[in-house]
Amino acid sequence: MVLAADETLRLDANAVDYTLVVAYFAVVMLIGFAARRRVSDSLDFFLSGRSLPAWVTGLAFISANLGAVEIIGMSANGAQFGMATFHYFWIGAVPAMLFLGVVMMPFYYGSKVRSVPEFMRRRFGTGAHLVNALSFAIAQVLIAGINLYLLANIVNALLGWPLWVSLILAAVIVLSYITLGGLSAAIYNEVLQFFVIVAALLPLTLIGLHRVGGVGGLVDKVRASTGGEADLRSWPGEGLSGIDNPVLSVIGIVFGLGFVLSFGYWTTNFVEVQRAMATKSLSAARSAPIIGSFPKMFIPFIVIIPGMIAAVLVNDVTTAKAAADPDFDYNNSILLLIRDVLPNGLLGVAIAGLLASFMAGMAANISAFNTVFSYDLWQQYVKKDRPDAYYLAVGRWATVGATVIAIFTALIAAGYSNLMDYLQTLFGFFNAPLFATFILGMFWKRMTPTAGWTGLVSGTLGAITVAVLSEDSLGGLSVGALPLSGQGASFVAAATAFVVDIVVSVAVSMVTRPKPVAELAGLVYSETPKETRTDPEAHLLPWYSSPTKLAGIALVMVVVLNVIFR
Amino acid sequence: MSTASHASDNAGKPASGKPASGKPASGQKHTAGAYDVRTVIAGLIGFYGIVLTVVGIVDNSESDRAKTGDVNANLWAGIAMIVVALVFVAWLRLRPVVVDPAALEKQADEGTSDGSDLPKQ
Repeated sequence: MVLAADETLRLDANAVDYTLVVAYFAVVMLIGFAARRRVSDSLDFFLSGRSLPAWVTGLAFISANLGAVEIIGMSANGAQFGMATFHYFWIGAVPAMLFLGVVMMPFYYGSKVRSVPEFMRRRFGTGAHLVNALSFAIAQVLIAGINLYLLANIVNALLGWPLWVSLILAAVIVLSYITLGGLSAAIYNEVLQFFVIVAALLPLTLIGLHRVGGVGGLVDKVRASTGGEADLRSWPGEGLSGIDNPVLSVIGIVFGLGFVLSFGYWTTNFVEVQRAMATKSLSAARSAPIIGSFPKMFIPFIVIIPGMIAAVLVNDVTTAKAAADPDFDYNNSILLLIRDVLPNGLLGVAIAGLLASFMAGMAANISAFNTVFSYDLWQQYVKKDRPDAYYLAVGRWATVGATVIAIFTALIAAGYSNLMDYLQTLFGFFNAPLFATFILGMFWKRMTPTAGWTGLVSGTLGAITVAVLSEDSLGGLSVGALPLSGQGASFVAAATAFVVDIVVSVAVSMVTRPKPVAELAGLVYSETPKETRTDPEAHLLPWYSSPTKLAGIALVMVVVLNVIFR
Repeated sequence: MSTASHASDNAGKPASGKPASGKPASGQKHTAGAYDVRTVIAGLIGFYGIVLTVVGIVDNSESDRAKTGDVNANLWAGIAMIVVALVFVAWLRLRPVVVDPAALEKQADEGTSDGSDLPKQ
């Protein structure tokens, strides 16, 4: 829980900076207010999400994901491991987004599945539903803790207050943001946030590059630094995966990160999937993640590069990296770079962008928790058949409760010197088994209700076992029996969860009774009529609107990027 | 492209430069106008651009120049943001988003985009 850079990290914001921050939130609040008063039908039109121009849905799709973790975590990774971090985008995101658009979206769209817990309940009954709803709720408050911690970090850097005071202030800020309707204009926030973040990070990258003498200067400086040549190559990425054997490292990255973690994240993340399904046609829904994959390919240049610049330009990071200081908080890398290179004015834009994305990220976690807690848990298992007002009240208390719990989960997050280690560990516990059960239940009609929940539970237990046996995944709880550390441990944990889940599900299915096939329409691929999975007007679209052709272009581009920056 | 689209994608391509306005235009075309997300982007980024440009002109101190490596970063970033805002305004004017009342009717009860007000997901 040591914030190594705490003493030195102070952002000297002045009145101009605060004006820019206030301007952002004024705009968001005004739109939220107008939205709730329903002052304009064109506003309703945009908020309903339907019939939006494709570029808006595409940007909203990745903006929900371009949050605290992406900016802070990926720049921290960039500072610590260099170019191997590109894998999180070109191996760990784009292929899964394309898979979602090309393969999964037609099924979701046709089967009218609207959330993961809903799918679990209809496909496997209450056992799997309860396990999934509980683990989802826990995951949301843990991830909210990460966002809250990062938000508090910025408050701390601005005002210099101690961590716990900053945490409480940050929690109060988020609660007021939710209460004042900050989430009711989500589409506007997401698109606006995207541009403000680019407006902050692009100048940061360019000025940073200028300071180190351009791209050539950066390459020379990194080569001469502690990271050396290894930071300039993305494969085999032993630093990132923490696996010393190059072959195993590549397998870990491709199977653990590229397949289990990323496919699990993107195909079961219904906050984002719903964004796409709200569109007017199947082709438009398929296009959202595919269009989103194009900006996603280029975001690493304004996130990872600043991290790498920080590692050679910012004194604190350079010395910590040279001394291999295990307590150094790499999460502060981008904030330190902002402190060192952005003048007042641009500093305000950067603070606005960071605050906006952390706050929106945490608010989204809290509201997702709220929905699952009130309707999937409380209504389903505790108090049934009460009037709507009752569950709304439960939801409000759930919001406050989750925010308070997040203050404590933020303290867990504070213990990790690289938040990606922590986040990937959580994804391994929650997303990897979910993905396995989801994909098996969707393509194998023989899979039984009992297999549904036993698979989930044993998958999660498998991942937790690996994390406990690793060197540092769970901090003090890890015993170090396996020579795995950092993100490599989470890749292995996720892969274990996936394999264990599949094996247990298949084994249990063999000895238990499956659901009647008639009840599986719309829930299992083979039982879902083809007409509902295809768009009758798809052949009328020009090539630039055709999801599969765009996906092909994206795939070629991401392969080229992988080859250039190998 | 039935319920809404960039107007020029439609069969009856309107003359370019048709002003976007929040009120229903004289005919039956109803553009999103002030609440088009591009208006909001142009407004905020444009405001940032103007503030940064002014800061760059009146207050480009020694310490700022030391940070940026002797570039007037605020000025350049400000100008770039103003240009981006103008591009959005031009795009907005050339291709206004048309609101289809029929599509709105259908979704009147569907709530906000984040689903926060939905009773059950």
